[in-house]
Amino acid sequence: MSKLALYLTQTYVQRALLVGVLVALCASLLGVTLVLRRFSFIGDGLSHVAFGAMAVAAVVGLSDNMLLIMPVTIGCAVLLLATGRNTKIKGDASVAMISVGALAVGYMLMNLFPPRGKSNISGDVCSTLFGGTSILTLSNLEVRLSIVLSIVVVLFFILFYHKIFAVTFDESFAAATGTNTGLYNLLIAVIIAVVIVLAMNLVGSLLISALVVFPALSAMRVFKSFRAVSVCAACISVICAVVGILFSAVQGTPVGSTIVVADILAFGAFSLAGFLHSL
Amino acid sequence: MALLRCSDLSLGYEGKPILEHIDFEVQAGEYLCIVGENGSGKSTLMKTILGLIRPLRGEVLTGDGLRPNEIGYLPQQTVVQRDFPASVYEIVLSGCQGRQGLRPFYRDADRELAWQNICRMEIEPLARRCYRELSGGQQQRVLLARALCATKKLLLLDEPVSGLDPKVTAEMYQLIGDLNRKDGITVIMISHDLEAALHYASHILHIGSRIYCGPVEGYLNSETGARWAGKGGQCPCQN
Repeated sequence: MSKLALYLTQTYVQRALLVGVLVALCASLLGVTLVLRRFSFIGDGLSHVAFGAMAVAAVVGLSDNMLLIMPVTIGCAVLLLATGRNTKIKGDASVAMISVGALAVGYMLMNLFPPRGKSNISGDVCSTLFGGTSILTLSNLEVRLSIVLSIVVVLFFILFYHKIFAVTFDESFAAATGTNTGLYNLLIAVIIAVVIVLAMNLVGSLLISALVVFPALSAMRVFKSFRAVSVCAACISVICAVVGILFSAVQGTPVGSTIVVADILAFGAFSLAGFLHSL
Repeated sequence: MALLRCSDLSLGYEGKPILEHIDFEVQAGEYLCIVGENGSGKSTLMKTILGLIRPLRGEVLTGDGLRPNEIGYLPQQTVVQRDFPASVYEIVLSGCQGRQGLRPFYRDADRELAWQNICRMEIEPLARRCYRELSGGQQQRVLLARALCATKKLLLLDEPVSGLDPKVTAEMYQLIGDLNRKDGITVIMISHDLEAALHYASHILHIGSRIYCGPVEGYLNSETGARWAGKGGQCPCQN
């Protein structure tokens, strides 16, 4: 316990907690609509796209690789989410295609044209996927950026809550009765892409997928209205992030995977609760 | 002016026409059933009327003070909806979304309207229940209540009784008939069940190789109708 108290006084742990909680909150809010639209894997897919773009940026030698990563990822998100359900290649297949494609191209480019001064390519790839310890080495700028971003995402979710519900539950009805579904799909896609790119840099792509999927699914085991599911998913996600970060700080386990394990345990508990409730 | 007029309408996907040269009008208060074989373009026609698909040629005009976003729609159920965690009230209320514009939250008048339509469909006891736990008939009532939140004038129903058992089917037809007769709501319905269509509807639109549009009585005397209805009121496609 005293060890925990000591850690809590450290700036880097406080920063990690703050950013982890905010990212977890944003991802879980967007996760509800993504899971219901059958786009659970988009977190994974888009972070692979971002990895591909990062590789291209490194090969071309861009000083600020965000300039390339952000537009490419937003473009892919719009392509996947905003084109509607009448495309020839359906949701899950197009996510798989884009994600695997981008990963392969990115990895190949990095091997063919190794960026100067970097020899440990597989180390780079690994830390992109699993986040490494980057959440414990956040800069002031990154912390501020994620605070601003989280406020934007939470405000967006609250202000557009009813529209997100209408568009997610029944897109044709919403469009037929005068809701601008195209615009809202576009907004959702852009926000998701931004969250995933920033979160990937902070916590790694493995964690971001888990944060999108697990809290939403856990909440759906027990709660029966969209509002309750959204609120509950956000709470589960935040609690699991806090528990995961504190546990990993004390025990020295990898942050990302510890949070995911906490999410898995929560999912188990909620499934059990849902099962017992239905008896 | 008619409530809805389709003039020289050609429709289809990606430039490939499914139906061409459709002309018909729907007057306020009518109950029009759209019949025809599977794949003849009934759902496509409905989506074109709703503006979900752009017509290849011709146009859909609304009149009589009906604005294009005042059409209520009862679509066929999608896979997404089957395990969607939403309460009945949330779904019915979302019928008011089309009128919200950029306003983020519903007004009291919208909530009031949602409750009225929940009562009208006699689903008050289910209002807090989860949509995915309801029976097929109850779910259709929820979606009908939602459609009624979007319109006071015109309802478009895409096979509202598919998958329901005979008793619930009869109740559903009764409910739709009441909305048409008592509340004066114009109904356009896609139906596979010709017998029920002839029984409840005032007008028939038969699409296929030959097109008929007019009152039910005239339909039975027409060549298309006689051939179609002659087989004991059953769709030939089902025999």
